[in-house]
Amino acid sequence: MSIDTAPAAGATALDATAAVATRRDIQHRLLMTLGPILAALIIAGCILLAVGVDPLAYYGFVLKRGLLSPLGIQQTLTRMAPLLFLAAGLIVAFRAGMWNLGGDGQFLLGAVTAAASAPVLVEVMPAWLALICSFVIAMLVAMIWSLVPALLRAYQGVNEIITTLMMTFLGTSLANVLVKLMFRDPGTTVPQTRTLPVEDRLPRLFDTTITSGLLLGLVAIITVHLVMTRTAFGLKLRIVGANPRAAIHAGLGVPKLTIAVFAISAGLAGLAGAVDILGVQGNVRADWNPAYGLAVIPVVFLARMNGFAAIGFVFLLSVLSIGGESAARRLGVPNHFTLVLVSIVLIVLALAEYIDHRYNQSRKA
Amino acid sequence: MSVAKRDIVALEGVTKRFPGVVANDSVDLEIRPGEVHVLLGENGAGKSTLIGMLSGLQQPDEGRILVDGEPTAITSPRHALALGIGTVFQHMMLVPTLTVAENLLLGGPWWQRPKTEELEARVAEITRTLGITVKLHAKVSELSLGEQQQVEILRAMVRNSRLLILDESTSMLTPKGIDELGALMRRLVEQGLAIVFITHKLKEAAAFGDRISVLKLGRKVGEIPPERFRALGEQAIISEIVELMFGKQKDDPEAAERPVRTIRAEAAPLLEVRDLAVAPTDDAPGLSSISFDICPGELLGIAGIDGNGQKHLAEALAGQRATVGGSVRLQGTPIEALSVGERRQKGLRYLTDDRLGEGTVGTFPVSINFFLKQVGAAPFWRKGVEQRAEIDKRAAQLVREYDVRTPSLKTPVARLSGGNIQKVLLARELAEGAKVVIFNKPTYGLDLSNTLASRQRIRDTAARGLAVLLISTDLEELLSMCDRIAVISNGSLVGTVENADDARTKVGRLMIGLAA
Ligand SMILES: Nc1ncnc2c1ncn2[C@@H]1O[C@H](COP(=O)(O)OP(=O)(O)OP(=O)(O)O)[C@@H](O)[C@H]1O
Ligand SMILES: [Mg+2]
Repeated sequence: MSIDTAPAAGATALDATAAVATRRDIQHRLLMTLGPILAALIIAGCILLAVGVDPLAYYGFVLKRGLLSPLGIQQTLTRMAPLLFLAAGLIVAFRAGMWNLGGDGQFLLGAVTAAASAPVLVEVMPAWLALICSFVIAMLVAMIWSLVPALLRAYQGVNEIITTLMMTFLGTSLANVLVKLMFRDPGTTVPQTRTLPVEDRLPRLFDTTITSGLLLGLVAIITVHLVMTRTAFGLKLRIVGANPRAAIHAGLGVPKLTIAVFAISAGLAGLAGAVDILGVQGNVRADWNPAYGLAVIPVVFLARMNGFAAIGFVFLLSVLSIGGESAARRLGVPNHFTLVLVSIVLIVLALAEYIDHRYNQSRKA
Repeated sequence: MSVAKRDIVALEGVTKRFPGVVANDSVDLEIRPGEVHVLLGENGAGKSTLIGMLSGLQQPDEGRILVDGEPTAITSPRHALALGIGTVFQHMMLVPTLTVAENLLLGGPWWQRPKTEELEARVAEITRTLGITVKLHAKVSELSLGEQQQVEILRAMVRNSRLLILDESTSMLTPKGIDELGALMRRLVEQGLAIVFITHKLKEAAAFGDRISVLKLGRKVGEIPPERFRALGEQAIISEIVELMFGKQKDDPEAAERPVRTIRAEAAPLLEVRDLAVAPTDDAPGLSSISFDICPGELLGIAGIDGNGQKHLAEALAGQRATVGGSVRLQGTPIEALSVGERRQKGLRYLTDDRLGEGTVGTFPVSINFFLKQVGAAPFWRKGVEQRAEIDKRAAQLVREYDVRTPSLKTPVARLSGGNIQKVLLARELAEGAKVVIFNKPTYGLDLSNTLASRQRIRDTAARGLAVLLISTDLEELLSMCDRIAVISNGSLVGTVENADDARTKVGRLMIGLAA
């Protein structure tokens, strides 16, 4: 071998310029996130105007009730608990490239089983143990519920978007049936499960009405983030998500990982249901379906499946939904306007990304 | 600068920067009708980047591109096609889930029904002149990479391009296919087309080119215009190119002598394959009763036209493809029932030829891609937790050892040049713990010096007592390295020859269906 090659480019020589580039990158990313949100607020404002509501009054009301009033902020933080669990579950699934859209079914089944088991268990064991057991039961039930789409995807290659959506319809109906037929509280006339006494629920934080479920949710989502970014297991899931063929080539057991992803994702959704029941609601009424699962999906996309960013966006969603619920009562804007707002944000964000890309191209031309 | 009117496309002082590298540094280039313009340069020299700008994938940071003498911003691949610039990219750009015909029809106006009959007539005409056969109704994912490359060439031709750009389009072809492509290029330029031809094989450059430009570290360091080109003989051209590219002279760098190795014939075979069979798919032949042994220290080559079952064979051995019969033994233990990961544990390594499709995860950093097949293993992961420092240390070592040109370890691997991605794969498979290594086109896309270095590494691998299976469409490569060469045709091994003096003719006869 007598042919020389030029020395390899130093792998670290460019770190200094890279730091500057990273800062510019972060600034750009912030602009690209906040700008579209602002634009979306304006667009949504126009819609409000069109239906005859003063957008400034609406936004002001939402802010006041969701963020600035002491009661509102406590409600907002409490609402975050189930949303964080759901977001954690979606991050696992989406990073692994599996579109678990069955969060609502899994959530409700978790909620119903927790609501059914907790009041019974507290009678035979200490409250803390009863809570833990209820959490575990809710998680297991949701995991089992996810087995059908998981097995179909893992061994038959059936698209999970369709199966999880179908399973969520079945799941919500099943939850209803369970409430009305099996776990119905005989002591009341409205169809609902037995109510967990307030003193046996998850403790509240300090002297507030904020549930300690918030802390559990934060722990869950941060754990998920660290597992996905720092561990071998998380890396395997990300490989499956980023290039399934590379996963097979690298010898990863893709079917088993698929089942694991569904189990974790659904388990977290089940825990979300449990944390809402055991911390806040105390029981499940028939036909209760807050549809958090669907609301959280755009949030996870906005956060680009980053756990820490997701915490921020979940907070935002909470403010909007708590504030929106009050505004709905006061100003007559339907509750679902929150969802309209979130989806406008998402669409504007996608547009901004596209325009940014085109701009980069044409600037260089 | 005076630009001759007759240039179809000219580049003036074109510069393109990426984070951490200047991929093209004020490059001037004239592309004329009736000329095959050969673009040479080592891995990462900036050839594909230059092509990317001509085909509208990327925009220059500085300088301008003239089309027919007019400064033109080529803003998109569609725009490039409209200007008459057709490109065959280095990495496949076909939609794997569609059929060949559907891929060829993509990009037509969306409001019109695809004109299938017209296409079929046109394809029939082109394939006849090209001397290739293309299965129009086969799914692209079922084709071998070589067949996909032919489809890509066909696609560029169907569009009636005035300028045809071929980025390493011969890397997957057999010597015969390469000669045919050369003859075709000649016919096309005689019809007045311009061709830009990128290759790492200097003989092809000398045989097919009219003009040669050499890039080095993004700069154009030399050009041989047609007048000089015709004046020089093949050898003189090659040595001039080598001097331009590497700064040193050597007569025929590829003509390395095959060292005579002594194989311990009495040793038990490391890899024994008996009657291996794979079911045929809709579009590809299966494998039938494949049997061979490889002893420790032995290099067995598999020759054959691409698409005759080489990929199936490699995948079946690696455990990625289900078999319908036969046995595979590694050091005497049957492994045919084991999974991909378990076979790797036992010391089987498989270097895929599909480096972006399955070999790497393009969006992941270079450092992680070195360890894709070791996720969770110490010392890079401890108790399942990633040890960033260990990973970076070892990755930096491999980058140095294998001369991977990358701006940093964090760079997404898909951003590297084709040859440098290949080096990442080689480094990954050759690192410790191997007993049997399957190389599928190991040097494809590597420049001359890296090809030679990699071949030496593979020889060293065998010399360490490993069994090596070398699949290649490059007969020279097989002849320069293997102890024995088996020829695969239509999914079965039609013969095996010792690599002695007359091996070339024997293999050639087997490949065209005659008895050796
Ligand atoms: N999209 C990109 N982003 C960042 N860097 C890039 C990108 N594309 C190319 N580069 C860098 O530009 C340089 C030139 O790459 P290019 O692909 O043009 O090389 P090449 O001459 O085609 O090499 P090869 O023979 O290996 O294909 C390399 O250092 C590569 O890492
Ligand atoms: Mg290239």
